[in-house]
Amino acid sequence: MAENNNTPKPGLFERGGRFGWLHSTVDAFDTFLRVPATVTSRGSHVRDGIDIKRVMIIAVLAAVPAALFGMWNVGYQHDLANPAVSWDLWQRFWFGFLKVLPLLVVSYAVGLFIEFAFAQIKNEELNEGYLVTGFFIPLIVPVDTPLWMLALAVAFAVIFGKEVFGGTGMNFLNPALLARAFLFFSYPAKMSGSEVWIANQLKIGSLADGITGATPLSFTADCKQGIDALTSHFSFWDMFAGTIPGCVGETSVIAILLGAIVLIWTGVASWKVMFSSVLGALFTGWLAGVLGATAVPAYYHLVMGGFAFGTVFMATDPVTSAQTEKGKWIYGFLIGVLCVIVRLFNPGYAEGMMLAILLMNTFAPLVDWCVTSSAVRKRAKKMKLA
Amino acid sequence: MSNSIVLKKGLDIPIKGAAALKTTKKILPDVVAIKPDDFKGFLPRVLVKEGDRVLAGSPVLSDKRLPDILVCSPVSGTVQEVARGDKRKLLAVLVKADEKQESVDLGAKDIEGLSPEQVRDTILASGLWPSIIQRPYGIVADPALRPKAIFVSAFDTAPLAPDTDYVLGSRIQDIQAGVQALSKLTDGGVHIGLDSATEASTPFHKIEGAAIHTFTGKHPAGNVGVQISHISPIAKGETVWTVSPLLLAAIGHVFATGKVDLSRKVAVTGPRAIEPAYVDAFPGMPVKALEGFYDNAAGDIRFVSGDVLTGKNVGPDGYLGWFDNQVTLLHEGTEREILGWAKIFRPKVFSSSKAFFSWLCPRKKYDMDTNLHGGKRAFVLSDQAYSKVLPMDIFPLYLVKACLAGNIEDMEKYGIYEVLPEDLALCEYADPSKNDIQAIIEDGIDLMLKEMA
Repeated sequence: MAENNNTPKPGLFERGGRFGWLHSTVDAFDTFLRVPATVTSRGSHVRDGIDIKRVMIIAVLAAVPAALFGMWNVGYQHDLANPAVSWDLWQRFWFGFLKVLPLLVVSYAVGLFIEFAFAQIKNEELNEGYLVTGFFIPLIVPVDTPLWMLALAVAFAVIFGKEVFGGTGMNFLNPALLARAFLFFSYPAKMSGSEVWIANQLKIGSLADGITGATPLSFTADCKQGIDALTSHFSFWDMFAGTIPGCVGETSVIAILLGAIVLIWTGVASWKVMFSSVLGALFTGWLAGVLGATAVPAYYHLVMGGFAFGTVFMATDPVTSAQTEKGKWIYGFLIGVLCVIVRLFNPGYAEGMMLAILLMNTFAPLVDWCVTSSAVRKRAKKMKLA
Repeated sequence: MSNSIVLKKGLDIPIKGAAALKTTKKILPDVVAIKPDDFKGFLPRVLVKEGDRVLAGSPVLSDKRLPDILVCSPVSGTVQEVARGDKRKLLAVLVKADEKQESVDLGAKDIEGLSPEQVRDTILASGLWPSIIQRPYGIVADPALRPKAIFVSAFDTAPLAPDTDYVLGSRIQDIQAGVQALSKLTDGGVHIGLDSATEASTPFHKIEGAAIHTFTGKHPAGNVGVQISHISPIAKGETVWTVSPLLLAAIGHVFATGKVDLSRKVAVTGPRAIEPAYVDAFPGMPVKALEGFYDNAAGDIRFVSGDVLTGKNVGPDGYLGWFDNQVTLLHEGTEREILGWAKIFRPKVFSSSKAFFSWLCPRKKYDMDTNLHGGKRAFVLSDQAYSKVLPMDIFPLYLVKACLAGNIEDMEKYGIYEVLPEDLALCEYADPSKNDIQAIIEDGIDLMLKEMA
């Protein structure tokens, strides 16, 4: 049977051509610019317009509001912390932009270099997964993170979090969070405490007051006094709008909600994970309040720290989250629960979201296994009865 | 007995080129091809030589393991060629058709008085037995088995599929005879799936001696596999048979008249079909006989025997398949769209996902081509992205991954017995990672056949 396959001589960069060994790299740029000419060969002759590039770019776009707000907030926090400066909106944004840009550049340069190298070695097409990871990493680290540390963390996350398992789609841990976790455990002094959250913070008593620079989470583990100390520095509205210290992208719940709407509407991320994670956090926060373990109202947890960003952008990563619909409910709920537990009972490191998600990433396959097995068993029983 | 089933999942692909309900041409092909590859699990032995005379209904091929299973010639004529490929693999038997068609006469039968064995032997002798498909695995039915039940889907929801009522409305007596005959071969009865939208008007409603089920929903509601999973799912160790209404009519015709009549109305469809409509033709006819319906001056047309989801690319010199009554003409989409994935609006490309804006014009029909619209990747999205187009109670992505891994235990667990590649065709269509899911399932089924034999 005749095939419409005319095979001309291999081009310079095609397999078999003179620079054929560069095929993967050239192909990545080529298909970035133009949709490949590949036609269907086996199976369905027409295909849907969507591809992984589109899925990934939507995830990046969804995080853009949070990134833009974060840049402004970097400038704003600097402004607040240094009485000597007084800036307008654009000056603040520009300051933040210049602070975040190197992080972005380093994150993409290191990560993409490794991805290209691996694609080249495996002689496969480049996977777009790092477009998203590379954008998220600068948003979840403190703005003053030294660039060499960031580079090291990115390299670790991409190689040991992803490529050793076979690349995007095969990894079981969220690579962006893995980079964050690497930084946290390797360089704890740079990752938590009160000194890291504001860019170029002056360390010589010129601060507006003693605790400027602490994030709201600094107070949550401190049982009863927590809420007074917390509310005296940050109102609920401050935390909701995001005008507080924190990682670049995580502070503004409003900006993150904009992203959530995009992700849910396009179906790129699961609303079930987001919703059940919120439920889990509220439930645990409420239970802790009833039991007298904390005075912080449960809903505060939704606007503090990395909860919102983690719930919307990290927990929902389709590769590392639960795969089944019921599994997503369980997985999300447990992330919310674990996050609040860590926050309330771990004074050493109050940000529980990263650990909660990473922990549930490892358990997601088990959750799915239980869900699918029970569904299969139920179905077998039904078939026997019928 | 009627039973109404509503399916919420699925997708109707809005592709241009539906056939108008009229028959514009009568084609008596000069050559027809009988292709053993149309029958899964069939090991062909050629029973004819070049130059032999055959009638419509004369056996041309038999199965090497079960020699009672014959494949007949759809037309009368002279064997022109026994075409073989690499390693002498039999590709097709080509029969040059006579101007005036004659058929073998097996003698009309009174089905009422026949025993199940006589019914079986009549179908075997007619050379139509391979039209009966056995699940699991979608292979030619084993005549020694008595299946749990026999299923017929009397409507087709595939993209641009022929209208079953139009194609077979005049042959309802043959179908009735077929149902009567087949119901002798099973204790579970014959089950017919009807479209709820045409339930009242379709002539199939009048069929007696069968259990009628109505289905509401988008494609693949018309797939017999989907219907089975809602009527009586296949458990491990069970077998069911399915037969398309088209071939059910041919089988019934053998009992009613004693003659083999495989002539059928074929829908010529697709974005590249000129004035798409129906033609009267035969299985095995060359697609070249459809000249006038297409202009392939640029050589850029893909000729698909069947629909766009499950059909076979037969090329411009190919032939219509045994089971097919549709030809789809598509443009080979080798044009490269600049920054296609990044564009906000892409009016020419349909996507079932909300990542594009196709949902803004739900009635628009698209001039689809064969471009893959992206590169092949590992599976990234979760099961939901696939199960949303599969109205069956299984986890498609888990099944696909089990097939990829060749893990038989998991394949069983996730429902390999219930599906054929065609049932997951929409999952393949919607997959953003552009994997060939039907081929993966096919390989999984082949592994099962090998391991379970």
